[in-house]
Amino acid sequence: MKNPLDSLWGTVISGLILTLILYNIVRFAMQ
Amino acid sequence: MMMDFLQLGLGRWLHVISGVMWIGLLYYFNFVQVPALAEAGKDGTGAGITKHVAPRALFWFRWAAVATWVFGAMILGINFFDAFLFLKPAYYPIGVGAWLGTIMIFNVWVLIWPNQQKILGMVQATDEEKTKARRVAFLASRTNVMLSIPMLFFMSASGGVFRTAVFG
Repeated sequence: MKNPLDSLWGTVISGLILTLILYNIVRFAMQ
Repeated sequence: MMMDFLQLGLGRWLHVISGVMWIGLLYYFNFVQVPALAEAGKDGTGAGITKHVAPRALFWFRWAAVATWVFGAMILGINFFDAFLFLKPAYYPIGVGAWLGTIMIFNVWVLIWPNQQKILGMVQATDEEKTKARRVAFLASRTNVMLSIPMLFFMSASGGVFRTAVFG
């Protein structure tokens, strides 16, 4: 599998996915 | 009152100014310089960038990272450990942002800067070491671009009305 960080779009999409994951973890933890 | 102004008012202002310089240069490296050097490699015109631009950009990049972290810690003040150790739910969002920023400054000083010194010829390195340094610095830099996206989300979604709007 290609490393997503080798492309700018792969990097940005990885960042957005990570944001979504962390957002849900923090939102759940704050309840 | 005066202390609040200095810590929270002035501190946040300087945190944002230095943060813009840090992340601005990070985006410059990834969105502009790396693709430009790849193009320049084809016709051998990259020397101007590596000799005159990159060292200056790296100087402001790494010290802006320090300033951003220090002013961020200053804003947190007595709540520093509430954020970093996730002691109070209200500090969870800024805690995540602060940890992401801390991982990023580690990448700058431990992975990017020492390897860039080898790449740019500021310290002695064999061709093999330079090839390895290029890959490590590149991946650390790209990791920071990736981390900057949630980091900026949690920074802007922290504090007062912003946190309430985003996290309820």
